[in-house]
Amino acid sequence: MSTATTVAPEPRAATPLNYLNVEYGWRSWLFTKDHKRIALLYLISITFYFFIGGAFAVLMRIHLIDPQGALVQPETYNKLFTMHGIIMIFFFLIPSIPSVLGNFLVPLMIGARDLAFPRLNLLSWYIYMLGGAFTMYSVIHGGVDTGWTFYTPYSSTYANSQVIPAALGIFITGFSSILTGLNFIVTIHKMRAPGMTWFRMPLFLWSMYATSIIFVLGTPVLAIALFLLFLERVFQVGIFTPALGGDPLLFQHLFWFYSHPAVYIMILPAMGVISEIVPCFSRKRIFGYKVIGFSSVAIAVLSFLVWGHHMFVTGQSIYTGLVFSALSFMVAIPSAIKVFNWTATLYKGSISYDAPMLYALGFIGLFTMGGLTGLFLASLSTDVQLNGTYFIVAHFHYIMVGGAVMGYLGGMHYWWPKISGRLYPEIWARLAAAIIFVGFNLTFFPQFMLGYLGMPRRYAFYPAEFQFLNVMSSAGASILGVGYLIPLIYFAWSMRYGPIAGPNPWGATGLEWQTPSPPPKDNFEQPPAVADEAYDYAHQEVGLV
Amino acid sequence: MPNAMFQNIPFHPDQASSIARSVDQLHFVITGITLFFTFLIFSTICYFMIKYRRRSRDERPANIEGSLPLEIAWTLIPTMICAGLFIWASSQYFANAKAPDGAIEVFVTGRQWMWKVQHPEGQSEINELHVPLGRPVKLTITSEDVIHDFFIPAFRVKKDAVPGRYTSLWFTATETGRFHLFCAQYCGAFHAGMEGWVIVMEPNEYERWLNSGASGETLEAAGQRLFQERGCANCHVEAGGGRGPSLRGVFGHPVRLANGLTAAVDESYLREAILTPNSHPVAGYPPIMPAFQGQLDEEQILDLIAYIRSLRNEGEAQP
Repeated sequence: MSTATTVAPEPRAATPLNYLNVEYGWRSWLFTKDHKRIALLYLISITFYFFIGGAFAVLMRIHLIDPQGALVQPETYNKLFTMHGIIMIFFFLIPSIPSVLGNFLVPLMIGARDLAFPRLNLLSWYIYMLGGAFTMYSVIHGGVDTGWTFYTPYSSTYANSQVIPAALGIFITGFSSILTGLNFIVTIHKMRAPGMTWFRMPLFLWSMYATSIIFVLGTPVLAIALFLLFLERVFQVGIFTPALGGDPLLFQHLFWFYSHPAVYIMILPAMGVISEIVPCFSRKRIFGYKVIGFSSVAIAVLSFLVWGHHMFVTGQSIYTGLVFSALSFMVAIPSAIKVFNWTATLYKGSISYDAPMLYALGFIGLFTMGGLTGLFLASLSTDVQLNGTYFIVAHFHYIMVGGAVMGYLGGMHYWWPKISGRLYPEIWARLAAAIIFVGFNLTFFPQFMLGYLGMPRRYAFYPAEFQFLNVMSSAGASILGVGYLIPLIYFAWSMRYGPIAGPNPWGATGLEWQTPSPPPKDNFEQPPAVADEAYDYAHQEVGLV
Repeated sequence: MPNAMFQNIPFHPDQASSIARSVDQLHFVITGITLFFTFLIFSTICYFMIKYRRRSRDERPANIEGSLPLEIAWTLIPTMICAGLFIWASSQYFANAKAPDGAIEVFVTGRQWMWKVQHPEGQSEINELHVPLGRPVKLTITSEDVIHDFFIPAFRVKKDAVPGRYTSLWFTATETGRFHLFCAQYCGAFHAGMEGWVIVMEPNEYERWLNSGASGETLEAAGQRLFQERGCANCHVEAGGGRGPSLRGVFGHPVRLANGLTAAVDESYLREAILTPNSHPVAGYPPIMPAFQGQLDEEQILDLIAYIRSLRNEGEAQP
């Protein structure tokens, strides 16, 4: 082992002290300043929201089996898709990889004892929970029906639902993202172990860094948009409603200025996870380290310049459309480069098919499809047909579920032995990965066809000729739902009954694998030092595992 | 019901407008690119997974750092594909942006949850749009409440209906029949019910339809009546010399504003000039016109615009 001076001890019969068993009692969790415990607080919270948001999706897919709507009134259906979107995006996807895996891994990967601001980190979680409480209040008190996009003047003047508590919940939660981003940026700049230069950092840290920049620069704009919405809805200040002298499209500019980069908040961390998993299970240095690192930064920068592609059919100037179309095509290039580099990493590797690798390979395939279908939407003339239809729904689910959720699950399987100290049953994990892959494609592929045929999104009922494809999609969703339940069960099972994992069950490089699993409270028994690049699999001792 | 489900499953939308075929060509080319690269990545991954599967726990593959020629190749190839698609799609979009001269003008107003369609001849309809085959039709679109979106999948056209402003789209129908018309921007409880039909008719049938039924007065006539009733004619004296400019022959021409700029007089300009006249007074006239914001509904504004459009100079063709 050449990357650090610390050598992990063998697992001992008596359980050594680690961050999980060093203290007990609810106070030791709710007042913890340990980044690893805060990561687990986030893990429990976002898992809760994932299954709430997933339940809304299940109800929607059952409803859409029948063209007339099988289950609920249209008003209720509108609330289902709105709350599915709000919960999944703001309370699951955005915090998922950064707040759980990022929180756990950023200090471990750079060889630090904790994040730069441990109290701020705990505060982030409390802010997140407070925001979640407001949003859950709106759900319980009748729900909100504006769509997660809150388009004005519908949201500010016409909607008769719990717009204010839902928007307030998102407004508050945004500050949690900002503080997390701030914490990561400072930590990565100031707390790297001796010898951990920028170009020796694991690529996961590059993607966390790029994501943090978007958190800090983008989220305030969403806060502004929601605050202005609040002013107009509550005090009738004319900002967006034409009857009050406002401009309805201004909201869309402000909203997408954050919410398009937010897509990259969800996908960049997943790309970081994939960049860790693929080298480990190919036992090879990643292909084109610097290219992948800089393409993360390029994506983060470009993400702020493409929001207008959501507005090609609003009547904006055709020249504005031209500029946004060109910039949107430019985002495709660093994304394509990443895919080619991950694939090239497999070349002449030593590839094993463990569960994290299956998720990672699934990610590459599905992200490729999600990214390529973006070409239809960056192209001005084809976007006219597809904008606002199920094609959009399919496209962003390929990115956010096929991409971000597959990346998150891959990461959870990869680092679960480190987090819990236990192994999960591998056969079940591979089975779940396969079920999720099949269920996902069956759910969302038909939606590309529905959109091209012209079925608009957010329809509580629809013309009968679209039924066949809708039933296919609903069938796929039932498979996908089962696929997501299986990991929940075996992760919970493994915490008590799983075999002891040992410090480095995958034979991976990286500082986080050179400390016991679960790690001690202060992460490392001795401060590590780094002498080599990341992913130095070629020089790893044979027979380590 | 289950049997009905498997009947008439469409796999591509009707191509019923002059642009549908060319938009579809681009659509299919991008589909081809998507399938090609998806297949390339999937098959490469599968091939590597099998060929380089781990055969022994002690395997240590050689280090491969990367390859500059490869990086350049797979940067340039996507860049060239993207540039090609950008040029193709944008030129299509630009070519289709402006309605041809002599298009039939129809006004569309969206409101929760219906489409109101006004033909200049006075015919009005709800959730239906009758158009003739083979003639360009230009829709001027607005909304009375929230943002809607006027979408005819078979024509490959879509445009938001935005309250407080006009947007427009145009098409030439190339097939007779009934085609879906959808609202494609979420607009509240019965968004899904804000749908209807575009009915494309043979031109002579269309003429018969246009002249049938008790279609009150034309928009132009209604506008002329409003112009008198609301006192517009007191200042905007047609012969000139009134407190406001004469409106004869202004439509379709530039006008000089008091701030030194020029503006093109089109539907959007007239709409603003009626509702909030003092936001850009015309050069040479004092800003004394009262604002009609809140005084006129969308249909009355359209009537007035139709009337002002009709005030052409002698011998001038319809703009």
